[in-house]
Amino acid sequence: MMYKITRWIALSFFSLLILIPSTMVLLGSFKTDLEIYDSPMALPVKWTLDNYQRLLDDGDILINFKNSVIVTFFSVAITLLLASMVSFAIARLMNVTGRVLFVLFALGLAIPGQVNIIPIYLLFSDLGLTNTFHGLIAVNIVATLPISVFILTSFFRELPNEMYEVASIDGASHLRVFRSIAVPLSRPALGATAIFLFVICWNDLLFPLLLITESAKKTLPLAMLDYRGEYATSFSMIFTAVMVASIPMVVMYLAMQKSFVAGLTAGAVKG
Amino acid sequence: MSGATRRTSKNRRSVQGSKTALYWMSAPALALYAFLFLFPVLSNFRYALMKWDGIDEGEFVGLANFKKLATDDDLATKVLGNNIEFMFWVVIFQTTLALLFATYLVKNSRASLFFRTLFFFPTILSSVSVAMIWLFLYDPNYGAINTTLIRLGLDSFALNWLGSETSALYAIIFVQVWFHTGQMMVIYIAGLQQIPAELYEAANVDGASRWQQFKSVTWPMALPTSAVVVAYTTIQSFRAFDLVYATTQGGPNNTTSILTTMIFQTAFNEFRFGYAASQSIIMIIMIFLITGLQRRILRTRY
Repeated sequence: MMYKITRWIALSFFSLLILIPSTMVLLGSFKTDLEIYDSPMALPVKWTLDNYQRLLDDGDILINFKNSVIVTFFSVAITLLLASMVSFAIARLMNVTGRVLFVLFALGLAIPGQVNIIPIYLLFSDLGLTNTFHGLIAVNIVATLPISVFILTSFFRELPNEMYEVASIDGASHLRVFRSIAVPLSRPALGATAIFLFVICWNDLLFPLLLITESAKKTLPLAMLDYRGEYATSFSMIFTAVMVASIPMVVMYLAMQKSFVAGLTAGAVKG
Repeated sequence: MSGATRRTSKNRRSVQGSKTALYWMSAPALALYAFLFLFPVLSNFRYALMKWDGIDEGEFVGLANFKKLATDDDLATKVLGNNIEFMFWVVIFQTTLALLFATYLVKNSRASLFFRTLFFFPTILSSVSVAMIWLFLYDPNYGAINTTLIRLGLDSFALNWLGSETSALYAIIFVQVWFHTGQMMVIYIAGLQQIPAELYEAANVDGASRWQQFKSVTWPMALPTSAVVVAYTTIQSFRAFDLVYATTQGGPNNTTSILTTMIFQTAFNEFRFGYAASQSIIMIIMIFLITGLQRRILRTRY
């Protein structure tokens, strides 16, 4: 009995802790500042899209949105391609080279890429890669390679060995085995990794902050820092920006909860 | 028997013969990774020995940066302390809550699924969005927390949460726990579902209470998962740059500054790139020390 009561209290408390702020943001994006400050949980007096309209009129949010889409899409796609190839090679190379490769990438899991902000900034300034999408995409790829290699290698290792043997006896090349056996079989793992990478790239602030200064090139999280300065204490506008930045993620999460949960914990569970 | 050996030897030959293809397949990833991760890590060590504003010619100063960091930099000492305090409390609270919720929600029922979906939800938001939400809640004048407290007549509890030196770090710790507990809970649930049901049945037959069951079955069986959760949470708290930068930028008076925000400021506000690189080296060493220590503690426990 005690157990049941404490369980419900704990669960309800944490639920409210998440539900209340989320509702405030959702409702707040349809309200005026005064309404938000006065009664953040009340329904809007009048449901209007004025805040959204103003956000569109005022600034570059559509451009920021498009930038985020471009950067995220290419970062995820290229990471998946590169990581799946190298993971396949690591899983198939049952020698020292394979192990060394794995350890090299595992190093990137232990040391967060954040310790490299100084050298990367200096290198990119030298090469003229600041304020470019391909520069940012390259950094994103490198930041997410270790975790992707980690997830995919353990998946490729679990595929039954016979499958590879049969294929190689039939004279199929490694590339062929990779393309027509390993990749199709690893679709769930690739999907989970894709979601993981998608969330990381879409939400990242550090690398855009480090490399992008031109406002026309800013991604959503970076632009939101500007909105905060611009609108100061106008939380109705800030909430609207939060909504715009989060909607793609929230829709995807509600549509594919299971894959999201699997993807965002894949690295840790596998470890 | 002989057939089997023949097959493996033939197989080994065919794999041996085409290893080149595998090397080529690793080449693109390895090249990019070497260029933008391994090489920068090494350059950090070179820059750390220099005094450099990032524009003019750098000056080689040997270990002077490290000497200054160790003996004559109150800010760095304070920040290191902040980072450890931040990590410590986040690990404690987040792991405890995640395990508690996981034990509550381990059985697949409709209610469990609802709570799991809800608790996991913050994980998909960006640190900047989370920061904006909490900047509102914590706002001293307009924020939902203070207006509620004042309405309840609890004016003395209405603090300037992110603006005062005594509360700011804890306010951010709270947000970090709010942000990531759901993710760790899911990892725990996956771990707890591996525990054989017979163990609980046996405990039930022995008349063990809920707490005894937790102590003698759940906790020891979940230790490997705890090791993963603690390690993950630790690394995550070193990566909390986005959240701190978007809420307080390390203020007030550096009470919320952690290693990454300090490195960023040293380089891009003060233009001391060599010094910032030496701080990065300290951060690498810190991470290795702490994760190594944790691995020791959690391994000897089971």
